[in-house]
Amino acid sequence: MITNLTGILFDGVAYGSLLFLIGVGLSITMGLMNFINLAHGAFAMAGGYIAVLALSRAGLPFAATLALAFFGTALLGGVAERLLFRRLYRAPHLDQMLFTVGFIFSSMAAATYFFGAGQQLVTMPEALQGQVRVFGVDLGIYRLFLILIVAIITILLHLMITKTRFGAQIRAAVDNQDASAGLGINVGLVFSLCFALGSGLAGLGGALGVEVLGLDPTFPMKYMVYFLLVVVVGGSGTIKGPLYASIILGICDVAGKYYVPEAGSFIIYVLMIVLLLAFPAGLGGRRA
Amino acid sequence: MNQPNPPIPADTGPYTSPVESRHMNHRLASARFTLLELLFWLAPVAAYFLFPGHYALGALIMTYALAVLGLDLVLGYAGIVSLGHAAFFGIGAYTAGLLAVHGWREPLSGLLIGGVAALAVGAAASFLVVRGKDLTRLMVTLGIGLVVYELANKLSEITGGTDGLSGIEIAPLFGVFAFDLYGATAWWYAYAVLLVVFVALKFVVNSPFGLSLRAIREGVNRMPALGVAVDGRLRLAFTLSAGVTGLAGALMAQTTQFVGVDALSVPRAAEFLVMLVLGGTGRLYGAIAGAAVFLIARDLLSDVNAVYWEFWMGILLMATVLLARGGITGGVAALLGRLPNGRASNDSKVARRTAP
Repeated sequence: MITNLTGILFDGVAYGSLLFLIGVGLSITMGLMNFINLAHGAFAMAGGYIAVLALSRAGLPFAATLALAFFGTALLGGVAERLLFRRLYRAPHLDQMLFTVGFIFSSMAAATYFFGAGQQLVTMPEALQGQVRVFGVDLGIYRLFLILIVAIITILLHLMITKTRFGAQIRAAVDNQDASAGLGINVGLVFSLCFALGSGLAGLGGALGVEVLGLDPTFPMKYMVYFLLVVVVGGSGTIKGPLYASIILGICDVAGKYYVPEAGSFIIYVLMIVLLLAFPAGLGGRRA
Repeated sequence: MNQPNPPIPADTGPYTSPVESRHMNHRLASARFTLLELLFWLAPVAAYFLFPGHYALGALIMTYALAVLGLDLVLGYAGIVSLGHAAFFGIGAYTAGLLAVHGWREPLSGLLIGGVAALAVGAAASFLVVRGKDLTRLMVTLGIGLVVYELANKLSEITGGTDGLSGIEIAPLFGVFAFDLYGATAWWYAYAVLLVVFVALKFVVNSPFGLSLRAIREGVNRMPALGVAVDGRLRLAFTLSAGVTGLAGALMAQTTQFVGVDALSVPRAAEFLVMLVLGGTGRLYGAIAGAAVFLIARDLLSDVNAVYWEFWMGILLMATVLLARGGITGGVAALLGRLPNGRASNDSKVARRTAP
């Protein structure tokens, strides 16, 4: 029983850290630009497909694959922001939602066209397969690796936002765009870079998640709820809020599927409604 | 929320369009049909006689138009984005379908019960939906949609699960008109239901209640100062909207005699959204025009490939948002408004077309 519980907690944290990795970019862009991007999962999907192509078809090493997924998706995100999304920053929320729903449809169809409708499979490197025994509990090495990577990225992100000049510019732009622009900060460029960074992280999450979340063309729709939930429950414009929210969601989802499998995704949806109504501004949210 | 209020769309609201402003002095008249509207309602009848092989498509268009009308009430007028309206569509459909399967075959009462069931669920849901802001509302409606979908999926011994609910048999309408194989009865039935609900909604949106919904959409902060109970009005709008969409679901169950779980799915709700945006939000005719154009286009393109269809649907949605905010009816209204003297009578339109 106690081993089960530890196992579920561990799997939940691993799952949650993946959700965090994908969702944190959404949190930053939503807090920064007040832009509701329902299509964020499309970038995670793009990262996943890049990883599948690089790993399975081109035979690149795993680390190179991850780097490629990050930079490739960041580039895609940056281009999409410059060409499309920035036109909608000042548009009503309704338009933003409708536009990004349209983006999801098109990206799903494009993925089906290029890669087929089936699930994609990847073989992880030997070193990351199997399990280790820690204090009498079997832990999957890959999940351990996931948690480690996300922990490193979280620390790096935190340092970037609190210690660097770019981070200060982001914080300034979140607080007051007009004043920041008046102080000579190129707010448009900060937005673009943030969007690209967020997309890149989502792509990295998608690449890491092929093994855990699966990958097929319905990915952006299927996980849209989870990513949005991370942001809405966590509160946008922060790192801490989405982190808590992801871990809670991950644990609840894994525990729910383990203990009451017949309830399916029911628990997560009900949890979402309850959390939304209980914390309208999010767990760690700064009110925008 | 340091963002300025979204600009008031120039083509909505009763004060901007010359067609409507002519009637502003006596508001009741604006609930009356103009010549253009009569022609609009005669168009499907003409299509009925011109394309006898397409009764099923015609009935489907009118069914979806009814569902989108419901969505328009809450999105176009009250300004709440709902991604959960497929839930109400499905609740109406399953209620009507299950009634018929278990022996209650009379169509009109089945239709009403289906609508009332969706109305009741919508009333309960409205308390959850109205609480939040834009994104929270969207997420709550999405959550409601997903919960209802999961429920229908899990209760497969009642709903038939992914296989769907079959064996729906409907008694003849008024005991006289049997639902035939060609779908002629179904067509007229759908047409009549759509027309009746449309007229009712026309009164609703032109009533003080309907006007207050638009006012809430445009400037929610000022309305409490005018003594309007904002949350109550929004709840009522959401409830009515759920009822109308549920009615559409019941209509679909009766006319196609089949209900599948996909009637409740989120992609279905997204389709409603696309139709509405395409036709033009905040206009009742937008809902109908959007459903017609969307479904006819899908019918024509579906032979090509379903994947392509999804791709173009996404492109269409993005293009409408970026380039043509008012949708089809917004474009038509802008055209009519440009006529000399603001006259929008059909005569002048015909004259323009025949002029060299």
